[in-house]
Amino acid sequence: MLPRPYRVLARRVDTRDTVTLELAPVRDRQAHRLAAPHGRSRPGQFNMLYAFGVGEIPISVSGDAADRGRLVHTIRSVGAVSEALCRLRPGDELGVRGPFGTAWPVAEAEGQDVVIVAGGIGLAPLRPALYHLLAQRERYGHVSLLYGARRPEEMLYVDELKRWRSRLDLDVLVTVDKATENWRGAVGFVTTLVRRAEMAAGSAVAMVCGPELMMRYAAAELLGRGMAAERVHVSLERNMKCGLGLCGHCQLGPSFVCRDGPVFSFASVRDLLQTPEV
Amino acid sequence: MIKDVSALLAAHPVFAGMASDRLDFVAGCGWNVQFLAGEAIFRFGEHADRFFMLRSGTVSIEIRPPTGPTHRIETLGAGEVLGWSWLYPPYTWQFDARAMTDVRATAFDGTCLRDKCEQDPSLGYELMKRFARVVTARLQATRLQLLDVYGTPG
Repeated sequence: MLPRPYRVLARRVDTRDTVTLELAPVRDRQAHRLAAPHGRSRPGQFNMLYAFGVGEIPISVSGDAADRGRLVHTIRSVGAVSEALCRLRPGDELGVRGPFGTAWPVAEAEGQDVVIVAGGIGLAPLRPALYHLLAQRERYGHVSLLYGARRPEEMLYVDELKRWRSRLDLDVLVTVDKATENWRGAVGFVTTLVRRAEMAAGSAVAMVCGPELMMRYAAAELLGRGMAAERVHVSLERNMKCGLGLCGHCQLGPSFVCRDGPVFSFASVRDLLQTPEV
Repeated sequence: MIKDVSALLAAHPVFAGMASDRLDFVAGCGWNVQFLAGEAIFRFGEHADRFFMLRSGTVSIEIRPPTGPTHRIETLGAGEVLGWSWLYPPYTWQFDARAMTDVRATAFDGTCLRDKCEQDPSLGYELMKRFARVVTARLQATRLQLLDVYGTPG
């Protein structure tokens, strides 16, 4: 339950309001040893990041879950705590609790086509799943990444997107809502990419992350392609505090998002997502 | 040629399940076209007398204000239908369409189809229903674009 001290190793500015931090455990000053190593996360899980003196918020792991030496988190500045975290520089310290929550169904998806649908910063929690799929590429069928952002300059991981696009074993389709004049790619909401994705809809697995409205409509498009709601997975966000399913802040119907989520099958949350005030 | 186009139509979601005689009829109004990258396919205000099934390449739907840069609203690619103004009065294009890359498509004579629809209201109703799906899907996608869901919450 106690946050462990971590230090910022590196900070990269992704967009105007989003940064990616690489973190490593701080050496214990009294015992002259490293703080207890962070448990290995699974793709889709999150940590509670504590900006000292400001507060603690849940942030999804955005780095490679196989990399045990460091933690990677992509943070968008939208409030007091996230703003404080985004201001951290290499050498600064913060607290980390976790990892918490459920993971993307990368094991269940083995042998099947996989469609990843990301909107905006929703690409961050999906990136560990994509790293896993690419590391075990021979275990999966056709893999597609469908990514939508508001504007070209608000896209995450642009260099990686370029590398992924050059791979012959991965389809990367990118679209923006509002194009600038020099943008040569697709324009339109991310849901328009779903109908272009190559997949065996009857057996494919989809992993969807982004604003809740985007996920609802993306899921509808996937179901329209013939996918079963049980095979569509979404990552939800609620006001999480304890991370352990004890405090009840993140209750969603019969579930606690921090413990039973953040990754849910769309079948299990579809009705709740359409219920006002839940 | 008609059989090729019929097969293309039959495989497309907009025409899936249509009776083969009707598919052949629609296919009979079609011919293959190509556009070079940068070429205008149609322009705002011009008479809308056709629609296109895109076979390859990318098309941009745009609007040009009197001054300032062109706004690209949407892009369409292989397998998608371009144009519905041929089916609804006043039969004029509401936006510009431009090939962003070299484009191969099958064009269909909308005037010919409209005449047949007048003679055969059942065909007309079927085409209206099928194109209404294209229009509503685009409308929904445009609404989601306008919602700006990636904006900062609050």
